[in-house]
Amino acid sequence: MQESYFALIGFGADGWGRALLIATGMTCAVAVAGFLLGSAIGSLIAWAKLSGSFVLRRIGTAYTTVLRGIPDLLVIYLFYFGGSAALGTVAGFFGADGFIGMPAFVTGVLAIGIVSGAYQAEVLRGAFLATPRGEIEAAKAVGMRNWTAFRRIIAPLVLRLALPGIGNTWQLVLKETALISVTGLVELLRQSQIAAGSTRRPFEFYLTAILLYLAITWISTLLFRRAEARTMLGVRRSI
Amino acid sequence: MIDFGFMWEALKILIAGLPLTLNLAAASILAGGLFGLLITIFAQTGGRPAMVIANGYVFVFRGSPLLVQIFLIYYGLGQFRAELQSIGLWQFVREPYWCAVLALSLNTAAYSSEIFRGAFQSVAAQQVEAARASGMSGPLLFRRIIFPIALRNALPAYGNEIILMIKATALASIITLMEVTGLASKLIAETFRAVEVFVVAGGIYLALNFVLTSILSWVEHRLTPHLRPRPDPLPAKDKPLHV
Repeated sequence: MQESYFALIGFGADGWGRALLIATGMTCAVAVAGFLLGSAIGSLIAWAKLSGSFVLRRIGTAYTTVLRGIPDLLVIYLFYFGGSAALGTVAGFFGADGFIGMPAFVTGVLAIGIVSGAYQAEVLRGAFLATPRGEIEAAKAVGMRNWTAFRRIIAPLVLRLALPGIGNTWQLVLKETALISVTGLVELLRQSQIAAGSTRRPFEFYLTAILLYLAITWISTLLFRRAEARTMLGVRRSI
Repeated sequence: MIDFGFMWEALKILIAGLPLTLNLAAASILAGGLFGLLITIFAQTGGRPAMVIANGYVFVFRGSPLLVQIFLIYYGLGQFRAELQSIGLWQFVREPYWCAVLALSLNTAAYSSEIFRGAFQSVAAQQVEAARASGMSGPLLFRRIIFPIALRNALPAYGNEIILMIKATALASIITLMEVTGLASKLIAETFRAVEVFVVAGGIYLALNFVLTSILSWVEHRLTPHLRPRPDPLPAKDKPLHV
């Protein structure tokens, strides 16, 4: 006799509800940490691509071209295996030997941060290019130094214009966390795999995972829509 | 430090996965693009219920990770073996290749239908009016006016989707298909030389995407002669010598 679906994903003795919720929390944690790292990298790369230096521009362009052109899974493998090999070498100096696994959470955050940095850089660069030149000139005209003008004028304008694109990259990041399951980090997909393996009910568990992912994307869409409405408060809309 | 001999060997191993990568991408882009077009037409012509169904489909497939969709189809459908056997679909569902193509197609169909929707909506009302005024309607109007203009509008966004699909085929390696990424992960596990293998595999994808981008921008250039500046009828004669 098979257990009913709700007993399977419920919070009872045989239910996987608690484990799935914790794993959902892990998915969100990896996504948020990776996204924040990506924002930092993205800002730096956008700055490099907009800078006057030829070399910096080239580096920025190479970064965004390469990381947007190769599969994310390859980047994850690079950090998982490459990171472990590097850790092993370092540990070798201290007399340890054998395989040392790179912590899966760190691998995930690094890989996601580096990939989403490339996407966020393009969004931020586009937003900066779309800010009205007059506002920046006005800031200079009233005597603001570079940093003050950046903090008071440029950053808020860029954020306002970039927010829809940033929302898109957040959704990408969220879905990319599923790939981190290959490193063994127990996030939502990995937990569903474990549950599916032990109960032999993969269909129900993967369907539940899809529903939980949809719940997260749906909530974050609502949050981003509210944030967008807030940043647009001071803007006169023509349509 | 960099071992070029090893990288050359790695290239020879990994390039063997390229046909499967291309095969997966081509099959799912064709099937998914067609299905996406059907979804768009269905949503635009079927009234309110059709719109709700199409939006639901797009929400589900765009809002959840592709890898989970692949797992749901590959492992999840295995649970319905008896039923699938009775309708003769089991031989497809047990093959990782068909599961990957199915998942990739369903996924790209959702993205494509959104691209096509935008493209159809951007066909100028005046052009449709002009076509109606000259007596076209129904399928003729669609075939001669709406479809070609929408195709042209969709091309830049659809080009992005094609590149995304090339990258998405990497996920098929997780359900045992030995395309470029599958061979790369096997090679890394055997040799522990992640960086070299990564560089070679990444190089293959970059080259592939570079070729695709070039083809796409050539097609786009050919399809948009009306957006290019007109050739100068009096070259070098009506301009001052020093600008």
